[in-house]
Amino acid sequence: MTQSVVVQVGQCGNQIGCCFWDLALREHAAVNQKGIYDEALSSFFRNVDTRVVGDGGSISKGKICTLKARAVLIDMEEGVVNEILQGPLRDVFDSKQLITDISGSGNNWAVGHKVFGSLYQEKILEKLRKSAEHCDCLQCFFIIHSMGGGTGSGLGTFLLKMLEDEFPEVYRFVTSVYPSGEDDVITSPYNSILAMKELNEHADCVLPIDNQSLFDIISKIDLMVNSGKLGTTIKPKSLITSSAGAVKKRHQKPFDAMNNIVANLLLNLTSSARFEGSLNMDLNEISMNLVPFPQLHYLVSSLTPLYTLADVNIPTRRLDQMFSDAFSKDHQLIRADPKHSLYLACALMVRGNVQVSDLRRNIERLKPSLQFVSWNQEGWKTSLCSVPPVGHSHSLLALANNTCVKPTFMELRERFMRLYKKKAHLHHYLQIEGMEESCFMEALSSLSGLIEEYNQLDATKSMPVEDFPRLSVAM
Amino acid sequence: MSVVTVQLGQCGNQIGFEVFDALYTDSHCPQGLCSKRENEAYQASCKERFFSEEENGVPSARAILVDMEPKVTNQTLSKAAQSGRWKYGQHSCFCQKQGSGNNWAYGYSVHGPRHEESIMNLIQKEVEKCDSLSGFFIIMSMAGGTGSGLGAFVTQNLQDQYSNSLKMNHIIWPYETGEVIVQNYNSILTLSHLYRSSDALLVHENDAVHKICAKLMNIKQISFSDINQVLAHQLGSVFQPTYSVEGSCHYRRNPLGIDWQVRPPLSRLPTLGKASLNRELQFNTSIANLVILRGKDVHSADLGGFKDPALYTSWLKPINAFNVWKTQRAFSKYEKSAALVSNSQFLLKPLDTIVGKAWNMFASKAYIHQYTKFGLEEEDFLDSFTLLEQVVASYCNL
Repeated sequence: MTQSVVVQVGQCGNQIGCCFWDLALREHAAVNQKGIYDEALSSFFRNVDTRVVGDGGSISKGKICTLKARAVLIDMEEGVVNEILQGPLRDVFDSKQLITDISGSGNNWAVGHKVFGSLYQEKILEKLRKSAEHCDCLQCFFIIHSMGGGTGSGLGTFLLKMLEDEFPEVYRFVTSVYPSGEDDVITSPYNSILAMKELNEHADCVLPIDNQSLFDIISKIDLMVNSGKLGTTIKPKSLITSSAGAVKKRHQKPFDAMNNIVANLLLNLTSSARFEGSLNMDLNEISMNLVPFPQLHYLVSSLTPLYTLADVNIPTRRLDQMFSDAFSKDHQLIRADPKHSLYLACALMVRGNVQVSDLRRNIERLKPSLQFVSWNQEGWKTSLCSVPPVGHSHSLLALANNTCVKPTFMELRERFMRLYKKKAHLHHYLQIEGMEESCFMEALSSLSGLIEEYNQLDATKSMPVEDFPRLSVAM
Repeated sequence: MSVVTVQLGQCGNQIGFEVFDALYTDSHCPQGLCSKRENEAYQASCKERFFSEEENGVPSARAILVDMEPKVTNQTLSKAAQSGRWKYGQHSCFCQKQGSGNNWAYGYSVHGPRHEESIMNLIQKEVEKCDSLSGFFIIMSMAGGTGSGLGAFVTQNLQDQYSNSLKMNHIIWPYETGEVIVQNYNSILTLSHLYRSSDALLVHENDAVHKICAKLMNIKQISFSDINQVLAHQLGSVFQPTYSVEGSCHYRRNPLGIDWQVRPPLSRLPTLGKASLNRELQFNTSIANLVILRGKDVHSADLGGFKDPALYTSWLKPINAFNVWKTQRAFSKYEKSAALVSNSQFLLKPLDTIVGKAWNMFASKAYIHQYTKFGLEEEDFLDSFTLLEQVVASYCNL
């Protein structure tokens, strides 16, 4: 079994990260009845005897002593990290795995990337190496950050190059929160585009997330719950929306419910690697199957179902509904409509009491309404994990490599151009050492190149599928 | 004579377990529909082939479990141990931590050489426990990374090291509508490599077995467990002992002893060309057929239909191509059962489909970077395509 290390950068990254660790603990607590530190737990947690001072405290087997998250927390302001360290999860984090500063990055990618990057390079490297040493077999780094700010965006992407150089064999999966149209950070387009270039070049896989989509999903759930339409079949407290401390009022922190969705995404992504099932899917298989060309590694995700249902023995119709929902544009975690765009590849990761015949039936049913690229007409990757998420009997995570990400990128480019044409706020960036206008131009051209690739693929949509002439062999 | 089984990857290990379970259950089935002495001979023969005796009396499967990540082998080992009836050997498992990522190149070029010595040593140990080795049964899937890539590597090694023993690979043909996106690449690479080192490829298609579960067995929610049990049942009915030709009292010693490979006479081969597959294949032309009958009335069964020359290619006489194995001992509580193993054109269409899809993907260069990352070149792909096109053409021309 392999281990993964989560690197949470910036305010957004750390808040999501915090939700993730809370949910991960609860999930493992629900599954792990005997309190034995098993391989599944070890994928995200270390087992430590805290009475031992220094490094010798790691225990590899036996009863659970104290669990420590395999995480590195980075923020250039202290507020968020401090709150985490004072909250209910304080014992889960190793105090040596934090890097903070005081002044923040001022929503400036250049400050995060160039200034703090060089300032903290050594320290970050040291923390990363430490976490890697604690792993028996490190497979993946999960980086969580936002694109629109300064720290998550700048320092978060600075990390990527470092990880690529230092740990070339370890996968880099990035969960990036993209700024929505009404984002209140004026310079978010600059930050996002500059960060995109780094994602293009140094990430193995990117899961773009959009705040607006998360908000819409939460609103929908609230509506369903409050309307009472579904009566006793809905349990208001589901893992999707609630966070640590059930007594707490829901939505105490405004982004909590939204962050929980992203946290669930990460849990479901890794479930088949951590838990057993009849058709396992490890993290390296995600990259292998869903990234046909190195540049095209942006995966649109959707999670279903969003609320728990009281009945356990799900009649087939409801199960099928779960599959249908996964492809609806309302369930995607970014503003995208995969059904009306072109699929390059699609992965369905199922958890719970679902069998291969259910999978096959639904793939057959949904296939005709989806368009796949000509050379990947059966581009489905599937996995079945026996352990369902807490509070549900089954769930589905769909990951799509689909040209429907293109509009997000094009909008970003447009917002960028509106600012850049007027050279608005540019001086904040250019005054940072190492930043020149060419940085912007290069980032823009990187994004345009990516958009162009998606355009070319879209152009093949309406063309008839022709087979390439086969080799003819002499007998 | 004994058979050493190598279970590779998730699929191989999941199926392997079901196979040994089916073999054990059948051999200990009290209602053999034959005399006690007969039953004992059957049991002893089955035991010798597939199980070795351990000190505490619980038979130990003659098998090696190989996987590049631990979840499945752990499950398999504990399921066997829990049953209390048979188990896997204590040191029969080779396992790593990080799987092959559905990448044939990773399984073949990275895991293979890295773990060659350990795996071959394990196999050697199991071989040494056999009084006489008939051959190897290698269970693997084509779609993934370990079964396919590492499986091809191990088979090659077995060819080098045990060239006198038969190697039969049990291949799981994936569902046509993806389980794994790069399954077509993995499949063509596997098949082309196995063609050079394996003696026989016994194929089970997931789609076909799925249909059996759905239509013949009426299972509503089909799980992989159901599929694997059907597979195991079929394999069991082929591999369990049958009478040898010499006398009806002795069980055939070599379970893998059919001459699976048939070499066509060189002079009769058409010189060129790819036959068009558009022509409706009305007859499934066979090169060889083996019928195995178990249970009541086996000696009186009429097998004339199998001797019809129309079934076979023009350069073979039915008498050379058709074989029958029989035993009165019933299989797995079925009063009468029959199994057919066939070397014919039945796989032509699926093979052609896989080659076609892989070719389309290859022409678009999709996913190639994932393979070249681990030492495979475009040349290797082309070699595989060429070999398989030849296989397709050969079968087409039967």
